Amino acid sequence: MLNPEQIEKAIVNALPGAAVKVMDTTGTSDHFDAIVVWNGFEGKSLVEQHQLVMTPLKDAFDGPLHALALKTYTPEKWKQLKARLR
Amino acid sequence: MSNVKEQIENDIKTHKIVLYLKGTPEMPQCGFSAATVECFKKLGVKFHAVNILEDVKIRQGVKEYTNWPTIPQVFINGKFIGGCDITKELFENGELKKMVMVEGETKA
Repeated sequence: MLNPEQIEKAIVNALPGAAVKVMDTTGTSDHFDAIVVWNGFEGKSLVEQHQLVMTPLKDAFDGPLHALALKTYTPEKWKQLKARLR
Repeated sequence: MSNVKEQIENDIKTHKIVLYLKGTPEMPQCGFSAATVECFKKLGVKFHAVNILEDVKIRQGVKEYTNWPTIPQVFINGKFIGGCDITKELFENGELKKMVMVEGETKA
């Protein structure tokens, strides 16, 4: 069984200083949604950004973690998105 | 293992678009595989699909090949594009259509 906090912790450990929000969208402890904002994403492709987040979760994906719907943003992109939503 | 790698490389070289799926395009066994297939169907492009549930070696092999722990996985012209989230994002912002068109022209 996994909870969102465990996943958040694993991501932050791998990406120091990242802002991470993980939600258990189905209530089944195996499908999660995540938003990750990190300045280390700067200059990286979308695939590379997702790989950086998923790699620390590799073992969990072989076990209790079925899916992580992922959105990654640089702080700049996140600021733009928030401005658009306002 | 090297055989699996060769098989994957052969697949992604032979076909312009390759989707590694849980299930088939007609009968996806997972919502994420279904959503990925849907993007390409909406674009009206042909693709080659591999059902990883039928081959455990490919299932593990493709994850190692791309350093990507989940299925589905999408390749366009031999290049790993991403999983369901990236495919959907690229579909929604119009990039996927461009990639399929431009990459198609360069390959043709």
